[in-house]
This record gives sequence, structure tokens and C-alpha cells, in this order.
Amino acid sequence: MVAEPGPAGTARALAAKGRLLDQVLVLARRSTLRSLRQPGQVVFPLLFPLILLAVNAGGLTSATRIPGFPTSSYLAFALAVPFMQGALFASINAGTYLAIDIESGFLRRLALTPLRAPALLAGQLGGQLVIGAIGAILYICVGLAFGVVIKTGVAGALVLLALSLLVAFAFAALGALIALRLGSAEAVQGIFPLLFVTLFLSSFSLPRELIQVHWFRTIATYNPVSYLIEGLRSLIIKGWDGQALGLAFGIALVMLVAALVAAGIALRTRLVRT
Amino acid sequence: MVARAVAWRSIHNTFTNPAILLPSVIFPLFFLVAFAGGLSSVGKIPGFNYPPGYTAFQYVFVLLQSAAFGGVFTGFSIARDFESGFARRLLLGAPRRSGIVAGYVIGAAVRGAFTAVVVTVAALVAGMRVSGGGVDLLGLATLALLVNFCATLWGCGVAMRFRTIQAGSLIQMPVFILLFVAPVYVPQKLLSGWISVAAKVNPVTALLNAGRGFVAGRPVSVGLAFALLAALVAMFAVWAMRGLRSAERAGG
Repeated sequence: MVAEPGPAGTARALAAKGRLLDQVLVLARRSTLRSLRQPGQVVFPLLFPLILLAVNAGGLTSATRIPGFPTSSYLAFALAVPFMQGALFASINAGTYLAIDIESGFLRRLALTPLRAPALLAGQLGGQLVIGAIGAILYICVGLAFGVVIKTGVAGALVLLALSLLVAFAFAALGALIALRLGSAEAVQGIFPLLFVTLFLSSFSLPRELIQVHWFRTIATYNPVSYLIEGLRSLIIKGWDGQALGLAFGIALVMLVAALVAAGIALRTRLVRT
Repeated sequence: MVARAVAWRSIHNTFTNPAILLPSVIFPLFFLVAFAGGLSSVGKIPGFNYPPGYTAFQYVFVLLQSAAFGGVFTGFSIARDFESGFARRLLLGAPRRSGIVAGYVIGAAVRGAFTAVVVTVAALVAGMRVSGGGVDLLGLATLALLVNFCATLWGCGVAMRFRTIQAGSLIQMPVFILLFVAPVYVPQKLLSGWISVAAKVNPVTALLNAGRGFVAGRPVSVGLAFALLAALVAMFAVWAMRGLRSAERAGG
């Protein structure tokens, strides 16, 4: 829609923006409450990465003795991984909730209202962003409580929070795209192991240069998740690394835009279908 | 008769439904790839001395993990049977209800054996060296089978008490934590901090040490591992049978 010139056009455009924001807020509130009312859907995604962090950091402490390992604390090295796992859970939860709305006919009923498609997407993903933010703050606090020193300081912790939210948003958008394409909560859940593979085949447990198996290092090099983790990790163990941060923010942004555009197209198709 | 029918249904469901079979096969393969591939340089840490190599070291963990998760996934299937109402009809129709538990255990063992074969082939393709002989490998297979029995009986007991798939995390999490609070990545002597203390009292440590000893052809902790497994199987059998009684009292 092109805004009309003059004060009347501006006022109308602002009113439309206000309505869009209202719609986003209403749906985001619903999405957040829906997540928070199911403790299993909140506690498990927050707790599981911490359990894995505890066992990995405990079991792999001696990995810091490998020549060339970038830090003397495996906990600090591994602290980036829970942020990534949180993003994967955001993806699956966002997808599952949207798929349930499709299956239950809620989306069809929404299509009869003046609700705009971007508001629907943004609102649905908003709830996962709130959970993502809670998770990111929790992971930073746990790290600090167990002696991790964030090399980039307070400013770095804020950038870490921003990057982890961007990554969570990108993966939640990916989850929404999957839900809109498949339309089934069960199918979305079935995709979860495939998303998890991207984490397993990355530099999540050792720096890429220390991975000895050639084919694994090659996959990890081409796997964008490696760069997301390395961006998050650089803030904790390295200091300000422009290249790592640029790659992480860039990849997350490209993923987010691509997933949102594709999800927007899929939503239009889905609303026509229903 | 009941056991055979339940086992056949369980096996048939597993092998005709990819959504049931694939997770229990794919997850151990992911772990094998991620650990044996991504962490291979851990085998170069000073003090890490396992002659068959890091792939074999991780293979034993993944094998026992897949055996345990075969049981966990069977627990999920039992919970689903209760949710769908099938278990209620089964309880009404079975003349000897302990056969239901036995049937699920047999089904889980077949499922676990299939995954074990896939994981073993994958590890051999990845270049795993095995120094143990036939008797050692038989010992390793028995170890995995008993781990599968334990996990299935545990899952069965939980599923029959709660009778909902929402109890899935309750079945899975304790098994997951027990498996990982053990010398997963490095030998026990290289562990330090809290995990070293936890691994000392964790029965899974003895099972891993025994399994790795079998693959290396230098058996260690064999008596302890089998004694622990015998005790755990007996304990979880009682747990599962009491779960069955609980389901009977609730009317399925």
C-alpha cells in the first residue's frame, strides 16, 4: 500500500502501523502465555542445554590440554552451545504451535478477521523470542556463576544477548516456515532430529582447526551453524573479533530474512487454501 | 502366547513405521559421527591410552546408549498404547498379564539388536579397530542386551504408572543423565572435578569400562559390570511388574 501524501495520508499510515503493532502485540502475548502455561515446553528447552553443558564441560575438561586449544576453561568454550540449542528449541516450538493452530482451524478463523499476515507471523514468533531471551539471560548467569569470564565484558554480554536473540528469531522463523509448508505438528516434530544434526556436524565441541577427521572438518566448515556458534563463542573466550561477529550476524540475518520471506509466501498460500 | 503376540506387534510396529524406527537408529549414528568424528583429537590428550583408537572408544558408549534408548523408546510406545486405549483392551484380553511386560521386553531387544548392528557397521566403515576376540564380542553383546532389558523395564514401569506419553521426559531424562555422567569422552582417570566423583558412583562407568575392555581384548570390571546389571534387571523387573499392577488397579 502506498501512503497518500499530506497530513491525512500520514495519519492514516500511522493508524495502520498502530493497528499492525496492536495485532502483533495481541498475538505475541497469546504466544508467550501459551508457552509459559505449559511448563514442560519451557523448562525442558531451558534445562536440557544446561544439563548437556554440565556433562560436556565436566567430561571434556581435559580437552583443553590439546595443543592449540583456545582457552583453559572448557566451560567457557562450551557456553556458546546452549544458546544454539535454545535456538533449535525455539524453532521446533514456534513450528509446533503454528502447526497446532493450522490443525485446530485457529488459523482459518484468523483469516476471517482483518488480521494482517505479517502480524500473524511476528506475533507467533514473539512468544519464542521471550523464551529465547529468558534462556539467554539464564545461560549467561549460569556461566558467570560457575566462573566464566566474558572476555568482552558487559558490552560483550549485551551483544551476546542480541546475537542469541537474532539466532533464535531466525530459527523460530524457520520453524514457522516448516509448519506452514507441512501443516502438521507431528511432521514438525519429525524435522527436529534433522535440525539437531546441523549442531552435531559443526564446531560445537572443538575448534574447527583441531578437528582431525577431514570429512568432518569439511562439513563443519560448510555448516553455517559453525559460524553462528563461533560468533557467540568469540565474545566469551576471544574478545572483539570482527570477522567472527560479522559472519554470525550476517548468516543469522540472511537466514531470518529468507525464512520470513518464504514463510510469508507460504502463509499466503495457506490462507488461500483454507 | 501373550508375550509372543505383544512382541510380534511391537516388532511389526517398529519395522513398518519409519517414524518409530528412524529416531532410535539415527540418534546413535549422530552421536557416533559427532563424537568419533568431531572429537577424534581428544584421543591425543596426554594420558589417553586406548589402543583400538578413539572411534572404538566412542563406539562402546554409543552401542550401550543405543541399547538403553531402544528401551526408552519402547517405554514411549507403551505410554502411547495406554493413551490410545489399546493397552486397556490388552489387559482385558490377556490371560497372563506378566506376558505383556515380557512381550515388550522381547520387542525392545529386537529393536535394540537392529540398532546395534547398524551402529557396529557404521563404526567399522568409519575405521574402528577391534582387538577383542569372539568371546569378548559376545560379552559386549550380552552387556548391551542387559542394558536394553534394564532400560525397557524402567520405561515399562514408568509408562504403566503414568499411562500418558507426557511421561516421556520422565522415562528419558534419568537414562540420559546416567549415561552422560560417566567417562563418555575420556577414560575415567582423565576425568576431574564433580564429574569424576559422580562417575565413580555411577554404575554406567563399570559398564563402559567393561565394554571398552572387551573391544580392546583386555577385559576389565567384567564381574562388577555383570553383577550390577543382574541386580538392575531384577530391580527394574519388580518396578515394571508393580507398574503393571498399578495399571490393572486403574483399569488400564
